[in-house]
Amino acid sequence: MHGSRLRKNLLTAMLLGPATAWLVVFLVLPFIAIAVFSVGERAPEGGYQAAFTLAQYANLPARATAFWNTMVLAPVGALACLLVAYPVAYYLALQAPQRWRLILLALVVIPFWTSLLMRTYAWMYVLGGRGIPALLAYIGFEDVRLINTPGAVLLGIVYGYLPLMILPIYVSLERLDRRLLEASADLGATPISTFLGVTLKLSLPGVMTGFSLVMILLLGEYLIPTLLGGGKVFFIGNALVDLFLQSRNWPFGSAIAITLVLVSVVVLIAANRISTRVSGARRVDLI
Amino acid sequence: MTAVPDIEFRGVTKRYGSVTAVSGIDLAVPPSAFVALLGPSGCGKTTCLRMIGGFEQPSEGQVFIRGQDMAGTPPYRRPVNMVFQQYALFPHLDVEDNVAYGLRQARPRLSSREITSRAGEALEMVRLAGYGRRKIHELSGGQQQRVALARALVNKPAVLLLDEPLAALDKKLRTDMQIELQNLQREIGITFVLVTHDQEEALSMSDFVCVMNGGRIVQLGQPSEIYDEPADLFVADFVGKTNLLSGTVAGHTGDLVEIALADGTVIAARKRTALQQGEAVSVSLRPESLSLGAPESGPFKGIVRNRIFLGSTAEYAIEVQGIGTLLAKADHLIGHGNLFKPGEPVAIGFASGTPLAFPETKNNGTNQRVDKHVEIIS
Repeated sequence: MHGSRLRKNLLTAMLLGPATAWLVVFLVLPFIAIAVFSVGERAPEGGYQAAFTLAQYANLPARATAFWNTMVLAPVGALACLLVAYPVAYYLALQAPQRWRLILLALVVIPFWTSLLMRTYAWMYVLGGRGIPALLAYIGFEDVRLINTPGAVLLGIVYGYLPLMILPIYVSLERLDRRLLEASADLGATPISTFLGVTLKLSLPGVMTGFSLVMILLLGEYLIPTLLGGGKVFFIGNALVDLFLQSRNWPFGSAIAITLVLVSVVVLIAANRISTRVSGARRVDLI
Repeated sequence: MTAVPDIEFRGVTKRYGSVTAVSGIDLAVPPSAFVALLGPSGCGKTTCLRMIGGFEQPSEGQVFIRGQDMAGTPPYRRPVNMVFQQYALFPHLDVEDNVAYGLRQARPRLSSREITSRAGEALEMVRLAGYGRRKIHELSGGQQQRVALARALVNKPAVLLLDEPLAALDKKLRTDMQIELQNLQREIGITFVLVTHDQEEALSMSDFVCVMNGGRIVQLGQPSEIYDEPADLFVADFVGKTNLLSGTVAGHTGDLVEIALADGTVIAARKRTALQQGEAVSVSLRPESLSLGAPESGPFKGIVRNRIFLGSTAEYAIEVQGIGTLLAKADHLIGHGNLFKPGEPVAIGFASGTPLAFPETKNNGTNQRVDKHVEIIS
């Protein structure tokens, strides 16, 4: 009896041990370090100097633009992603012929096989002076600027994160019991009412999963605004790189990082609340 | 004068690619009837129901609801409602919102007071008053079944369609629901069309049973007709328990035929179609039409192999030399102790009714004759 319990505990330890060790060393300890840094002071030569002050947090408004850009572009980007992704997921789950479904799903994922960096460089070229603007100039629209605008960043975001939005929505739509749609039609609901009253509501867990996934990744996004925003559309991610690597103001960077984490947690909880309330589902997909 | 049928099929055929699910069905269901579509899985009964609901379109022929041709009418414009298999209740809505779902779709819109009161009435009708705010997953199977009924009936449909509504319930609950459904149908007075593969359910609940096989209607009639006068071998075998004995036609006496069984015994049987001298036939003997007696008294002698005690009756599997195992049913008279024991020799005679003989080959004229145009007029 005692031996079997010991063996069970040992098994649990073996199953969870590696992941726990990994997370403790590479997530929990650094997070504690960052939390400690955030109440410290910048050493004269850069880096960190022990102290206890909330001055770094009081200084957050100095980076208000980065916060503002992130807080606007992250939800707007996630929303744009959602608007493009939902019809695709709907088609894949409910309309596409069965034998094509896997192939089409693979096509959605295939861009992930190439590095996002490469693909974003490609967009730089497409949107840059010798890309689309040159083409527009050729047909008479001079001086169209695409690269280094918020629009370019948004485009890059939608492009880069689309698969992350499509997949969870696809999963929740694919799981949808088709007979519920028939029941709705049987009870007199037009196809539009059925979509709004049944399909959309029951796919909400997937929508919220996709939305919070993309949103959280966007809150820390660095690459796309740097390459397609040209430093003009400054994100929190860019501010962090700047503070840690250039101006070496670790405490202030840490304060920003902690704030970012808190915002992400709030977003995640809110998304979960909404989807459980509306769809009545008790499950949470993927995350 | 005949009333306009609530449901009418005229020459309806449904094909899926090269598979024909339903072929050339003609059927008219009179108003206020309780009709069961009965058959084994794949016989086309569910496809028929789905064509009434509008979820499938006939490949040929027409479906009429109260005299209106339904071609091109989508499900949401048909005056019928369905109780789905496993109910298909909306998991994101509570009981009351499930029931009110159809009312909310009505145009012009109903006032919210009317919606609430009608949903409440419907829940009361299925004895679920006070359950309005429960979540669907908090209900038992029987309660979910009733929510599905209320959700369909609240819209006052011309016809209620029931797709294997009792299949997911346990036996006790199923019997209760059978009675409840019958009462509901009588109370509301609309036509119920029930799809089931359970012959007991079909016989016990409905006014008319439509037995289907291979996409065709094989027999249509009242439950007692279906049971006592099966149209062919398939119906005799599918509906109720029966013993099927092989034999050949030995002669004719009046309306009856004489059948020589495998062991040489000759018995008299009724027939459905003309039978030729020497033709191979199957003879159907219902277990309750057999009587058991002392070893010397009947045409068959056998040995009891199994006894299935059923309370008021008992069934016996009796091995008869040269014929096989026969199933016989005998009343169990309390206190008389007249139960036969396994191993005991018994004689089997005919207590009531005359056996029915059917041609052995399945593709005979019977199928075509019955499904041509069957109309039930109450």
